[in-house]
Amino acid sequence: MGEVIVITSGKGGVGKTTTTANLGTGLALENKQVVLIDTDIGLRNLDVVMGLENRIVYDLVDVVEGHCRVKQALIKDRRYEGLYLLPAAQTRDKNAVNPKQMVKLCQELREEFDFILIDCPAGIEQGFRNAISGADRAIVVTTPDVSAVRDADRIIGLLESSELKNPKIIINRVKPDMVRRGDMMTIDDIIDILAVDLLGVVPDDEKIVISTNRGEPAVTDSKSLAGQVYRNIAKRILGENIPILDVQSEEGFLHKLKRLFGIKNAM
Amino acid sequence: MLAGLLNLVSRKSRSSKDTAKERLKLVLIHDRANVSPQFLEMIKGEIIKVIQHYMDIDEDALDIQITRTKNDEGNGIVPALVANIPIKKVKNSGK
Repeated sequence: MGEVIVITSGKGGVGKTTTTANLGTGLALENKQVVLIDTDIGLRNLDVVMGLENRIVYDLVDVVEGHCRVKQALIKDRRYEGLYLLPAAQTRDKNAVNPKQMVKLCQELREEFDFILIDCPAGIEQGFRNAISGADRAIVVTTPDVSAVRDADRIIGLLESSELKNPKIIINRVKPDMVRRGDMMTIDDIIDILAVDLLGVVPDDEKIVISTNRGEPAVTDSKSLAGQVYRNIAKRILGENIPILDVQSEEGFLHKLKRLFGIKNAM
Repeated sequence: MLAGLLNLVSRKSRSSKDTAKERLKLVLIHDRANVSPQFLEMIKGEIIKVIQHYMDIDEDALDIQITRTKNDEGNGIVPALVANIPIKKVKNSGK
């Protein structure tokens, strides 16, 4: 029986879709059978991030409305063994699907796959309700901004009251330089505020932009630091005990120099 | 450059992340409680009234907020009402 994991955030633009694409690909690289479901109906993007936009025939709404079988709508990623995408509909809205239908779909997919990753839309309305309805556990993505952390807090509250206990958090787009200067909240600050377990810390990485341009998840790029982090998170999801990479303490030359002269980070 | 030097001189200038953290903590109190600030003020008033029967407290420094904490089993998060009430003096009648 497979496991259903929803990737959510509240705020838009923090990296839910990128995280879903990379974790899904990362799990497939670990020889798991994985399906990614884009539930952002009307604003689908997981297809382009995965580079599978030209292969869509049927979508999520076609499946729940019975226009096709689930298998017909799944797009097989030919690059990675065991990886599939169920795209969202682009010309409908969030009300085209309801939570009951999502639960049923997840039940069906559980039989065939090890992991079902659900890419949740931004917001806390119908789309969010749909995305979390069939999930066993939740991953909350946030960035070190006040707005993203505030929304993450709200989402954690909503998940808890929807029986999705103990959500794990991924802190995305951390800029080590800014953290060192005291101009970005640290991982400890954020964990202190949100009081949830940390699943991973993803550094801000230009390679993510490049890989998204190409439609190839960064997790497959051995030179990408963010890609390495995603590989580690995928292993953590599988229960491996891998220490969290401390992106904050990677010291730059200037920082070492400052420390030598006893100048604190306040500057 | 000049700004950097000034910063160096006045070490006291708070880093922006501390400001962010503090602002977040405050805004989350109300988000989490899902209640108005007036509601918290009401609770605060009642607590002060009760405690004053027994001790002198520093009303200005009294801090009450709704936060979250892990439950005893460590497998879930529960809301918690945290009050920090500085005591000036315990009244004799309370002993």
